[in-house]
Amino acid sequence: MDTALSAHRFHFAFTIIYHYLFPQLTMGLAFLIALLKIQGLRTRNPVYDTAARFWVRLFAINFAMGVVTGIPMEFQFGTNWSGFAKKAGGIVGQTLAMEGIFAFFLESSFLGLVLFGEKKLGPRAHTAATVLLAIGTWVSGFFITATNAWMQHPVGHRVLPDGRIELDSLRAVLTNPWLMAQYPHTILGSLVTASIVVASIGALYVLLKMHPEQGRLFVKLGVGVGLPAAILVAFPTGDVQAKNVALKQPIAFAAMEGMFQTERGADLVLIGQPDVEKLKLDNPLEVPDVLSFLTHKRWKAEIKGLEAFPRDQWPQNIPLLYYCYHIMVGLGTIFIGVLGLAAVLLWREKLFEQRWMIWILMFLLPFPYIANTAGWVTAELGRQPWLVYGILRTRDGASEHVSSGNALFSLLGFMGLYSALSALFLLLVVKKIQKGPVPNPEPTAT
Amino acid sequence: METTWFCIAAFMMTVYVILDGYDLGAGVVHLFIARTASERATVIRAVGQVWDGNEVWLLSFGGAIFVAFPLLLATSFSGFYLPLMMLLWLLTGRALGIEFRHQLDHGSWTAFWDVIFSLSSGLLALFLGVALGNVVRGVPLATDGTFFAPLWGSGGVLDGYTVLAGLTATAALTHHGALWIALKTEGDLQMRSRRAAKFAGWGTVALLLAATLWTHRIQPHILSRFSAHPWGHLFPLVAIAGIGTAIAMRRRRRDLEAFLASSAFLAFMLITVAFSLYPYMLPSSTDPALGLTVHNAAAPASGLKTALMWWIPGMVPVVAYFVYVNRKFAGKISASEEGY
Repeated sequence: MDTALSAHRFHFAFTIIYHYLFPQLTMGLAFLIALLKIQGLRTRNPVYDTAARFWVRLFAINFAMGVVTGIPMEFQFGTNWSGFAKKAGGIVGQTLAMEGIFAFFLESSFLGLVLFGEKKLGPRAHTAATVLLAIGTWVSGFFITATNAWMQHPVGHRVLPDGRIELDSLRAVLTNPWLMAQYPHTILGSLVTASIVVASIGALYVLLKMHPEQGRLFVKLGVGVGLPAAILVAFPTGDVQAKNVALKQPIAFAAMEGMFQTERGADLVLIGQPDVEKLKLDNPLEVPDVLSFLTHKRWKAEIKGLEAFPRDQWPQNIPLLYYCYHIMVGLGTIFIGVLGLAAVLLWREKLFEQRWMIWILMFLLPFPYIANTAGWVTAELGRQPWLVYGILRTRDGASEHVSSGNALFSLLGFMGLYSALSALFLLLVVKKIQKGPVPNPEPTAT
Repeated sequence: METTWFCIAAFMMTVYVILDGYDLGAGVVHLFIARTASERATVIRAVGQVWDGNEVWLLSFGGAIFVAFPLLLATSFSGFYLPLMMLLWLLTGRALGIEFRHQLDHGSWTAFWDVIFSLSSGLLALFLGVALGNVVRGVPLATDGTFFAPLWGSGGVLDGYTVLAGLTATAALTHHGALWIALKTEGDLQMRSRRAAKFAGWGTVALLLAATLWTHRIQPHILSRFSAHPWGHLFPLVAIAGIGTAIAMRRRRRDLEAFLASSAFLAFMLITVAFSLYPYMLPSSTDPALGLTVHNAAAPASGLKTALMWWIPGMVPVVAYFVYVNRKFAGKISASEEGY
């Protein structure tokens, strides 16, 4: 692989992984804030408004980080991936521009009102503004996922003789069967992140005996929303998604599962280290025939291994793809277990007596971020060596006149900038958490 | 169809420059006109309520280009690689200056972000002008339709002409931003912003005169456009009337009228540029035939038609939010209002 292409790929990977640390929280958190506001409006209990105000403060910092790290993503299609913009702009230009018109204006307008307008608007309109803000973030996620889904499974297009890709049906692009599983999977993943973050901060307050009433509310909210979200991430959305990959990207599927040889009655690999040089899996821990059953509902169904496909179609980084997929699935399973147990304890009104469970909830905080990131890395590495699956190779999408030196210059610039941003972000978040969900000193409009 | 999209893109850019222009201009004068802690908080608050929504117009301008002229996006973004990366860093700096400043209540913290906000706003204004200067001057497109512009030197982004364009834009946006602050504030801050507007207003007139003369020398296409379509002279005339009215109204302390006149000036300046370049969007400084036009850079027709079908209805709620938000945030800003 040549240096310039590597630099462009790493440039995009670094900036998007960093960027998605923020929207994955805000999309879910906007929903939870809207729930708190609605509950506050219904019960007239100020505890919900105090909680909502606290989370809006954390939301605002995360949203600002999402905006400032998101704009470079939009630019990079032109700066670093001009081949892609030139050939596929007819399709991805549509979805990305739709995000601007249908989501960004909505989000930015109502964020200002949510942040600055609680008194100006009054409780009803302010609650409505939080709902519209949540809708805005979800619409935004829809168009971005639609763009990615088209790259994973292109539909609704025609390839012109000069290599450009023309839009045939926007409806087909927006109802892409791939998108129908990927979008709910993504949004639910975001809800898992937000729920676990809310529960974790709540657990922290409970353990520190700071703001105990709010702490317990956060834990209940986080577990209550997190458990159904974690289940739905796995089934049906994750399950359908895996079947889509098995059907439409069988090479990626084989690599994800660490299958080098074609098997009838394929085993499900739990742990093991892929050895791409010797084409085998070291130290495998497997459950017999389960992979065949999960994929085809038949215990002895055939699943093709990597060897069945030409090498130039293999994803370049099979071990990383394999690990990311297993990390995502493994953590997803753990979330269901932990949140399920917490929910049972909550239901029997024993959760807050079981300190060990509160500790576990608190330490769960980083893991949904890891799971969501690993999931996206799986999707993106699995699509390789294609940029648009089956149509445009990644190497043909990069800007040919932007040298590796120039790409590295801006990559290092972003690394420096984002390091500084991370320090500031953590400082501010810690300050906000220290301050905690304290009621407004002045009487509020509610 | 291509021309419709050219107009849509020009419209998005114009709205962006009018709206975010006052944020940037406010940033330029921030350190000079806002002296006390509460005055600085007032300016940041005024900008803080709207900058994000205003910046979306820039993204949507990018979206319009991506949808309608993907070749233009690909060519210009990869060709202007380094300046665009720096533009991104400046946009980040500006956003953080606004969003992080009020998060901690400590003198050094706020002072630091005041400088970051002001510096990145000023450089952004300069950059936007330099970018426009580059588009008017044209870029050295090779026979394969691509280019890669160094920052300076032969065929570079910065030369005498583009720097002059950058300074002109900075003066015009400073004028615009100072008038907006005068509109949104009271007392000493308002007086000082009117004074800043006075200097920036006359600076704009002087720089604009120089830039116009140089433009006629550097881009001959413009003269032929005006002689072929004499009605096009209307645009620069309205622009001149706009800046004249803005200066006259500022002297009478009619802040709203001055700000609106300044908006009209910016709008008609940009329309003048768009009109005089058409059908070019990125002229070539080597062989004029290589320049990117609305025709050779357009996406296939089916996509343009489809995008128009959702773009127009999509703009209806955008205008509705805009009106709603601006009505909610209308009137003078005070630093002690509620907020998170």
